[in-house]
Amino acid sequence: MAPPSTRRPGFSRRAQYGLFLGYVMAVGGVLFAGLLLVIAVIDPSGFNALKGLALDVTSPVSSAGRGVSRFFGGIGDSVGNYVQAGNQNAELKRRLQESRRRLIEAQATELENKRLKALLGLTRETENPVAVTRIVGSSFASVRRLATLSAGASAGVQPGQPVRSADGLVGRVIETGRWASRVLLVADSASNVPVRLVRDGTPAIATGHGDGTVDLKTLEVGKNPFRRGDVLVTSGVGGVYPPDIPVAVVVSVQGDRTVAKPLADPSNVEYAVVLPVYQALADTPLSEATESALRGASQ
Amino acid sequence: MSRIAGSSRDVALLGFRRQWLPILTTLAASLLALFPYVASRPIVPDFAYLVLLAWRLLRPEMWQAHIALPLGLFNDLVAGLPVGQSMALWTLTFLILDIVDSRVGWRDYWLDWLFAAAAILFYTAGGWYVAREMGSVVPFEVLLPQLALSVFAYPLVARLVVALDRWRLAR
Repeated sequence: MAPPSTRRPGFSRRAQYGLFLGYVMAVGGVLFAGLLLVIAVIDPSGFNALKGLALDVTSPVSSAGRGVSRFFGGIGDSVGNYVQAGNQNAELKRRLQESRRRLIEAQATELENKRLKALLGLTRETENPVAVTRIVGSSFASVRRLATLSAGASAGVQPGQPVRSADGLVGRVIETGRWASRVLLVADSASNVPVRLVRDGTPAIATGHGDGTVDLKTLEVGKNPFRRGDVLVTSGVGGVYPPDIPVAVVVSVQGDRTVAKPLADPSNVEYAVVLPVYQALADTPLSEATESALRGASQ
Repeated sequence: MSRIAGSSRDVALLGFRRQWLPILTTLAASLLALFPYVASRPIVPDFAYLVLLAWRLLRPEMWQAHIALPLGLFNDLVAGLPVGQSMALWTLTFLILDIVDSRVGWRDYWLDWLFAAAAILFYTAGGWYVAREMGSVVPFEVLLPQLALSVFAYPLVARLVVALDRWRLAR
């Protein structure tokens, strides 16, 4: 149908101006919102004060209800476990045996590691966590994979700090409020984590895929070095993420594309540890070798 | 409360309910984003948008387009979206629906659903594009389950909004 020739709401000037002003405000508002978006794209940490305030106000709600939702999530798991008890039992026994063998191997490796480290005179730097906290909620309607932590700037949490749980790497802090902060999960497609294959040390980049999995990209072209079941840990390259935190396990290899599942499932993680930003070069004291190299260069 | 308002206080209460119920229900739907559940993939519909859309399609004359600006800002802040995303997308939806309303002479249930589906597609694609600009490049297929779920959740939300509307206008 053709639009009516006039959109006037009547003869009242007041009503006419009101309608016109409404549209002016709406269009102006859209342009203003577009401007805000452009600012957000250019400087993602902008509006941190405003967003942090909203985070502070809303996180107690999520925090209080978290136990309830975990309880109901747990019921589904328990029922499933009961139904599959027989299969699971056999599977678990097999795994236990396997892990026992692995454990012995690992102990041997650890001993060797200690010996080699002592030989090199290296000491493993201890990680002093910034905060130990809980994951209380997440974005679920948007494309982004973000989670909310119940600790913020007052606990020393700063944007950029890595977050891990007992199972593995969770992500990186991107926004902080005073008592709450937001974490970019490993599965978000804006997250790139430098990893290495535990088996042979092949370096790779783990990029989120947006649907709860991560894609692995190796730095070399051609052969795909990954196999199903391979475990990846952070390599510490480039800083931010400290080395040797488990990240993901490979679930499928299709030609060039390797899909891995993050080991720390944020929906099951109870406690998360916020770590200081890893700065390998700045934190290590200058070794004798570097000092002598510098001395050599200055002469 | 009896059918006839007994005092000026009753009248004020009814007026408040008539004017604020749609706004408050939309804000409440935004607050659903605080549900303490950590999702590993986008699958849950954005109920705030569905409620807003249901009110807009049910009562086109009730709101002017700029009402979506503060509602969108609230949604952005609560859901942790980049500030401006819902503001822009929601207001654009209203403006587009105003144009559609002036073109289409009549509407029924199925046509409403069709418009709602188109609006949901627009909103999802808009959010996807903004996330892409923010550095989160996700293939659009990842969003298809959420899109389908949102389209099928719309009639349920619309039913709820109709019930609320009956209560809102009841005397």
